[in-house]
Amino acid sequence: MAAISDGSPDLRVEIGGLRLRNPVMTASGTFGYGKEFSHLVNLHRLGAVVVKGISLEPRPGNPPPRVVETSCGMLNAIGLENVGVKCFLDEKLPWLREMKTKVVVNILADSVEEYGRLAAELSGSDGIDALEVNISCPNVRKGGVAFGTDPAMAAEVTSSVRSHTHLPVIVKLSPNVTDIALMARAVEQGGADAVSLINTLVGMAIDVHTRRPKLANIIGGLSGPAIKPVALRMVWEVSRAVHIPVIGIGGIGSAEDAIEFLLAGASAIQVGTANLYDPSACESILDGISRYLEEQQELSVRALVGSIRCGEAE
Amino acid sequence: MPEFQEKAVLVRRESISAEIFRLSLKAPLITAHARPGQFVMLRTGPGRDPLLRRPFSIHQVLADATLQILFKVVGQGTDLLARCQVGDILDCLGPLGRGFSWPEPGRHCCLVGGGMGLAPLYFLARRLQQSGMASEEHVVLLGGRTREEVAPFEEEFFTLGYRVHVATDDGSMGYHGLVPELLPDVLTQPYSVFTCGPLPMMRIVAARAQAAGCTCQVSLETHMACGLGACLGCALPANGKKKYVHVCKDGPVFDAGEVAWPQ
Repeated sequence: MAAISDGSPDLRVEIGGLRLRNPVMTASGTFGYGKEFSHLVNLHRLGAVVVKGISLEPRPGNPPPRVVETSCGMLNAIGLENVGVKCFLDEKLPWLREMKTKVVVNILADSVEEYGRLAAELSGSDGIDALEVNISCPNVRKGGVAFGTDPAMAAEVTSSVRSHTHLPVIVKLSPNVTDIALMARAVEQGGADAVSLINTLVGMAIDVHTRRPKLANIIGGLSGPAIKPVALRMVWEVSRAVHIPVIGIGGIGSAEDAIEFLLAGASAIQVGTANLYDPSACESILDGISRYLEEQQELSVRALVGSIRCGEAE
Repeated sequence: MPEFQEKAVLVRRESISAEIFRLSLKAPLITAHARPGQFVMLRTGPGRDPLLRRPFSIHQVLADATLQILFKVVGQGTDLLARCQVGDILDCLGPLGRGFSWPEPGRHCCLVGGGMGLAPLYFLARRLQQSGMASEEHVVLLGGRTREEVAPFEEEFFTLGYRVHVATDDGSMGYHGLVPELLPDVLTQPYSVFTCGPLPMMRIVAARAQAAGCTCQVSLETHMACGLGACLGCALPANGKKKYVHVCKDGPVFDAGEVAWPQ
């Protein structure tokens, strides 16, 4: 990819065959199916929209309360509520694919076979640019947890999706493991084109007055600025452990946050919880990355990727 | 329905009591499109703690592109907002959600507010007044813990021309008891009932309205992260085909029959 000649920095990135006009994507579950933000965000500017996780059948989700605020973060136990693949293809995708952004569909399932069927069903439709495989959602007792924490199972799911689609396959990793680099290598061997990380960290909160958990599900996924240092460390570790591109996720709310992930080795980033408290977050992060590149006199955002300086300071 | 993210300027800060505050925010786009029953999501400041916006129903819109919110200090977010000063800028999203459905022409209305639940009812009362039907045909029931909490608002609804009845928990003003207890004497004809307040109160209001052959719209409140229908965090049990409704998009105003009331 050659630099654009008008003097503005080249923001284009390629993630395992997925070509993006810039490295800023929305994280699954924080941006609905795109249309929810259409009055507030210029979707045409985004690198990609990653939609709310889709399953073969619709899911009603968990009982309330489903969200609770914590220090610099939030816990959620939505329970993978979604409209199901048929409704997504019939009612959500036709609107979203008209936007000049790439569409990444996050998928989730209860069995290896279902992951494959879901991948096949989505791959027959126009307007989907990549699949992101959720093997790490901590909220539903069956399914998610086992796939995301066992390297052999994670690799098996990846292979199943890989063999049922021609689309780039991104595997979204769970941070709730002892060695995330091990998981990354497993899905790389399973045929993943890229990995995205991190999903939420399992946490909980208790109301001391009632002595009841604040979430009906008792435990939930922690997200937001509170998890950023953990996410950054994991992105750094994984990017040194695999040869496929890494997408950084976890508490990104500003351009500086995003740039940290790029320096640590991410080729692109996803903005999650920040969309919820500031719908303008993606666009201001994008503007901030451009300004940083100009200040640093870098011609391309790709020059930042993995350019952390770890040795002794000069 | 259009939605906007505006940098709203705080133009007036009223301390109604030691813990109740009313803020007037200049937000031209949101104000121009707001309907009674809709809400805004406010950031309490530029920092990351508290992280999430806070939802507030729109209490009133004024002619100078200003909207008002009314709240009691109950936690970190409302405490920060209560400390804001005139001239401060607050990031504001709105107008959000489904507001009140307009009553059929000629229908008498009964507005039942508990505590800060009166906030959206005042906006509705103003619009009803402007719609031409004489205000004294409608009735407003206000409940609160004490006189201090209710008296300023009793005065405001009275000034609009409404018949107002008050109930207080401590008997310091009006009826000594809970506001739904006033309903049997009031609902003598098929009113359109509109209510907002604590869930147990609204449950009784809805039941009494149904018993009296009245329609009833309820304005619900719950934990909410985005307010836009994206995170699906604000689910409540539904009474119908769907298992849950989402307060931010399906509501916050519902027909009482759409909600699975906790027993």
